[in-house]
Amino acid sequence: MSNAWKTLTNGIFKENPTFGLVLGMCPTLATTTSAVNGMSMGLATLFVLVCSNVVISMLKNVIPDKVRIPAFIVVIATFVSILQLVMQAYVPAIYATLGIFIPLIVVNCIVLGRAEAFACKNSIGLSALDGIGMGLGFTLALTLIGAIREILGTGCVFGQHIFSDTYGALIFVLAPGAFICLGYVMALVQKCLEHSK
Amino acid sequence: MAKLESSFKNMVLSLTLITLVAAAGLAAVYMVTQAQIEAQKEQAQNAARIAVLNGQEGTAIECTADGFGGPIRLMVGFAADGTILGYEVLEQQETPGLGTHIVEWFKDTTKPGQNIVGRQATGQLTVSKDGGDVDAITAATISSRAFLRAINAAYADWKGQQGEQVEAMTGASMRVETYSADSCKGHHHEGQCCGHCEGKEACHE
Repeated sequence: MSNAWKTLTNGIFKENPTFGLVLGMCPTLATTTSAVNGMSMGLATLFVLVCSNVVISMLKNVIPDKVRIPAFIVVIATFVSILQLVMQAYVPAIYATLGIFIPLIVVNCIVLGRAEAFACKNSIGLSALDGIGMGLGFTLALTLIGAIREILGTGCVFGQHIFSDTYGALIFVLAPGAFICLGYVMALVQKCLEHSK
Repeated sequence: MAKLESSFKNMVLSLTLITLVAAAGLAAVYMVTQAQIEAQKEQAQNAARIAVLNGQEGTAIECTADGFGGPIRLMVGFAADGTILGYEVLEQQETPGLGTHIVEWFKDTTKPGQNIVGRQATGQLTVSKDGGDVDAITAATISSRAFLRAINAAYADWKGQQGEQVEAMTGASMRVETYSADSCKGHHHEGQCCGHCEGKEACHE
């Protein structure tokens, strides 16, 4: 297996941010009320991850070690602000539902974590792949949890009715459902990963 | 290229440069997106205005009340005789699946107990639990109360303006827009008035 392929798939399976590294739990629990919301949050994070990974990898030699954290945060915050403006301009509906969780991507541990653990030590190409892999892993995890919560809570998935919403268990759309769902999905994913080893 | 050493000069230089580039980049993106963001807000306002007037002549009033999870911002349309023509929820943070039903609950014309569209506004609309005649959303009485408070506030505001001049309204803190749904006939799509043609002679046909 080539190095590039390994880097890309690392974030999707072995070190999946949600199920493997257990990072970024706050947006995971809060924004997965539906599959669309989960996916939008995942894609927003993917954008920031890829951009910040690339730029930080580019700048890794001109950032002195002692000020690397403020420098990383400035880079990440810039991309988050750009994302915020662009979303507000072109997809206001999604921006309105995700609300505060878009600016909060700045303090998402996955983004700073990948800058610190990967981008500042690796080449630009590999850092971009790492960002894509981690971002996709996060997006898949959030979409999966969002879809499960949406089905159990309202009987829909991606807004499409599977069964009547009178059978929906509202608790899955509310906060407790997020914890219950995350717990079970994480256990299942861990089990599957163990088998595939 | 070797990594820069953490000397004072290097740290100041590198951070200054990074923040400068970041600020320039953000300024550029802001300039590009600003017009579009404004347009989106305008469009949302106009869409709500058209929706609450339901194709009839009247006044759209925006108002706010504190709900269960945060402010509930509504736009309500009133006919000249005080009949509620429609409403649209512009902003709310109610509990998903419970309080969020305010978006459609009070305009379900098949359920007269909970429907307020077409009713004569009195400024005294209350839920049946409080002695009123509007059925509250199941398990979301607080959201329902807040919603009706907002409607009542909008009515009070509308009533207060009835005797006043139109000029006086434009300066008010409450955003108020009056227009006739017919004023755009033939000028724009399906009798809907767009932001830029609103109030202009050109759209009276």
